[in-house]
Amino acid sequence: MTQKSTGGDVRLSGISKTYGSFTAVHPLDLTVPQGSFFALLGASGCGKTTTLRMIAGLEDPTTGTVFLGDRDVTELPPYKRPVNTVFQSYALFPHLDIYENVAFGLRRRGIKSVKKQVGEMLDLVQLGDFARRKPHQLSGGQQQRVAVARALINHPQVLLLDEPLGALDLKLRRQMQLELKRIQTEVGITFIHVTHDQEEAMTMADTVAVMNAGRVEQLGAPAELYEHPRSTFVANFLGTSNLIEAEVVESGGTGPGAEIAVTAGGGKLRLPAGRSSAGGGSVGSKLLVGVRPEKISLALAEEAGSVPDGRNTVTGRIAASSFIGVSTQYVVDSPVGQGLEVYVQNTEHRDGLAPGADVVLHWNPDHTFGLDAAQDRTAGTEKVEDAT
Amino acid sequence: MAAPLKWLRRNLVVVAGLLTLAYLIMPNIVVLVFSFNKPRGRFNYAWQEFSLDAWKDPCGVADMCGSLALSLQIAGWATLVATVLGTLIAFALVRYRFRARGAINSLIFLPMAMPEVVMAASLLTLFLNMGAQLGFYTVLIAHIMFCLSFVVVAVKARVMSMDPRLEEAARDLYAGPVQTFLRVTLPIAAPGIAAGAMLAFALSFDDFIITNFNAGSTVTFPMFVWGSAQRGTPVEINVIGTAMFAVAVLVVVAGQLISGRRQRAAAQQP
Amino acid sequence: MSTSTLTEAPPPVPQPQSPEQPVRRTVPTRRRLVPYLLLLPGILWLVVFFALPLVYQASTSVQTGSLEEGFEVTWHFQTYWEALQEYYPQFIRSLLYAGTATVLCLLLGYPLAYLIAFKAGRWRNLLLVLVIAPFFTSFLIRTLAWKTILADGGAVVGALDALHVLDVTNWLGWTEGNRVLATPMAVVTGLTYNFLPFMILPLYTSLERIDGKLHEAAKDLYASPATTFRKVTFPLSMPGVVSGTLLTFIPASGDYVNAELLGSTDTKMVGNVIQSQFLRVLDYPTAAALSFILMAIVLLMVTVYIRRSGTEDLL
Repeated sequence: MTQKSTGGDVRLSGISKTYGSFTAVHPLDLTVPQGSFFALLGASGCGKTTTLRMIAGLEDPTTGTVFLGDRDVTELPPYKRPVNTVFQSYALFPHLDIYENVAFGLRRRGIKSVKKQVGEMLDLVQLGDFARRKPHQLSGGQQQRVAVARALINHPQVLLLDEPLGALDLKLRRQMQLELKRIQTEVGITFIHVTHDQEEAMTMADTVAVMNAGRVEQLGAPAELYEHPRSTFVANFLGTSNLIEAEVVESGGTGPGAEIAVTAGGGKLRLPAGRSSAGGGSVGSKLLVGVRPEKISLALAEEAGSVPDGRNTVTGRIAASSFIGVSTQYVVDSPVGQGLEVYVQNTEHRDGLAPGADVVLHWNPDHTFGLDAAQDRTAGTEKVEDAT
Repeated sequence: MAAPLKWLRRNLVVVAGLLTLAYLIMPNIVVLVFSFNKPRGRFNYAWQEFSLDAWKDPCGVADMCGSLALSLQIAGWATLVATVLGTLIAFALVRYRFRARGAINSLIFLPMAMPEVVMAASLLTLFLNMGAQLGFYTVLIAHIMFCLSFVVVAVKARVMSMDPRLEEAARDLYAGPVQTFLRVTLPIAAPGIAAGAMLAFALSFDDFIITNFNAGSTVTFPMFVWGSAQRGTPVEINVIGTAMFAVAVLVVVAGQLISGRRQRAAAQQP
Repeated sequence: MSTSTLTEAPPPVPQPQSPEQPVRRTVPTRRRLVPYLLLLPGILWLVVFFALPLVYQASTSVQTGSLEEGFEVTWHFQTYWEALQEYYPQFIRSLLYAGTATVLCLLLGYPLAYLIAFKAGRWRNLLLVLVIAPFFTSFLIRTLAWKTILADGGAVVGALDALHVLDVTNWLGWTEGNRVLATPMAVVTGLTYNFLPFMILPLYTSLERIDGKLHEAAKDLYASPATTFRKVTFPLSMPGVVSGTLLTFIPASGDYVNAELLGSTDTKMVGNVIQSQFLRVLDYPTAAALSFILMAIVLLMVTVYIRRSGTEDLL
């Protein structure tokens, strides 16, 4: 089951979906390599579930083609596609017991002796003792595992998961994330996972596609998306970013080591030219400069001299602070922008870092990224906590 | 305040509720008791003496059991047709978009919002104008008509509360349209369909007004009782009434016991 | 399809069109026809045997003629006027009896529905069965039983007499002398009895849906039991009250069984008139006109009632 044949990729080509005048998914090209754990991440209504349903065959694309390997499956009904889905809120058949739920797909394909396979599958999800229970007699986490077993027993080429953990509480969700990851590694099937939870996507997936308003904003490995966002939406939706409006004073040119210099609020900041998705920029043009809160260090204003040379520095005043345990989160008002966020690890106790204190924020210029200033600076900040 | 009054005030709802229940049950008790009566005249309204005569030969009265059989037959057919047609409508209403939805909803609602005598009278004018022979078939047509709306309402409620993802899951798991319908949709909608069918049966079996207008000389069981209220009420009527009551209660209680036992058994599994 | 073919790479399938060219897909016509096919038989049945008869009845109501010579449409609208003039007491009686029975059903049914929903505990199912079970005995048989219960000189009449209830009801004109049978009170008693379950069941359904925590919240916010009922329970049970009153009033207004079996010639309702005109007198135009007036009155009252109670979505 784990051997990988070439050409088992899921390939979407120019696929789109419109309902009347509303476009749920704009023409989209996407390739999911075989055997990968792929996440479609976005807020509710961004088109991620519609994309998933088009792969499953539950939704007919308005335009475009769905390929499984080299095969065009666009016109195939869902019951003829080697693809299975773990539905949001599971959709377990309430009138059938767990055993029959899991055996459903096998039986529909005319397989008579299902006992061994069902038994093995229930063992894989650790529900061997529950075969004769009805779905409503199981807890949420158990139901979730039945849904996974019911889909996986068919050995699909691709397993689609539509917000599979949305209905679980936080602790169980963390546990199931690891569990799903384990199962995926074990069976080696391509998983396409739809979620609105950025932490979930980053924990589980090899590749994440961030979707917004029917388009893929950015696609890449979790670390790459986080460290190098190329739009304000991605910068804000994945974790938190401080975005500062700045003006280019030195265009960096090209080549490794090239740097762009900008001014913001009277101060000067630098960033590697390669980390600006808006390009080098001409002198006088606008640029949004971003930095993640945990990359920033804080120093009291009177200790400003101790900040090493070569770091980006911004002055400000602490507006609020909250103690989280592993870190302390500060909100700093500064001439470059109000409400900058700074997370400081609680490695040593620091006197004086209290609301009202004047501080210097400093960070490594290599952690700075640049974005096109023409975008909405707040895109993606309003996160939907739970789409269900 | 005196203690009994205080108690009454605290338990007012319980006392009032139980009194209402007594009001509801009292006629059934009378029917039961008077099934053992041996009336002197033609009418069974006053208690005379205890007798088991009627219970020994419930069909001893001319035509009564025939009318009972006819009523069962009409109710069976009416239930079958109304359930099938009503279920189809309910699925269309819940699952599809189509034109004239408002008009169709009104057409289904109106028969329930109209005094029965109006429907009975207007149906009679139709049959008279068409020159139809009043009898078994006109009664059956009428019963199907008024049962239909109730079936639609019962099935619709169930289908509406059904998660559409269940059918998607079936299709995703290699069940074609027919398999999906037979293995998932129908079993899950079954309680609603059964409820609609039971309601239709009860309505048809016990219907009097529409039948009264459209039966011609055909005599259903309610028509027989109506006639006997004029000619004289045989004790056997009470026997039938009591037997129906007893059978119904037994069926309900047995159903409760079985489902209760099944639930307990399921809960005791590991 | 076997399991193994699913994991192997399937053979390439010739592609009918290049994927670069966007092709708009539309819902096939056959699928769009499905709802109409599902609706057709049932709706046809209702059109032919419910809507069409109303048209025939409308046409009958403006006909003149006799049984021997046949009837003809002469647009004789006077029939309506004459029917109203002659039978307005029966109309008023119908609405009065049905209205009284509806109010009584609400007053009697609410405590029982409340009891079953909130206080019955493990007796809940038994009580529900007891509410529904009487249905299984033909309602005509049960209505005849009231003849025994309310019989002259019987225990009920005796008790009412001893408690001087009869004095009051005699004064109100509901009863006459020492009799209950063959009086308006007997008819209303029968109507109330017959339609009470139709009130209790919707009431119970809407009460049962109320979250018990709401009662605790109301208590917590300083509401007495009476205030809790008035401000929380009753408003939330409105859907049940509305559908219960409709399910009681509509059939009661057209009923003629109770008036016939328990009443006298002085308690005839409009249903009795329609029935006898249609089935005995055979004056079809008058009967059709009466039936139409009844339908109009009931539909008008129901519409106004639903609008005013703000529960249009019940439809």
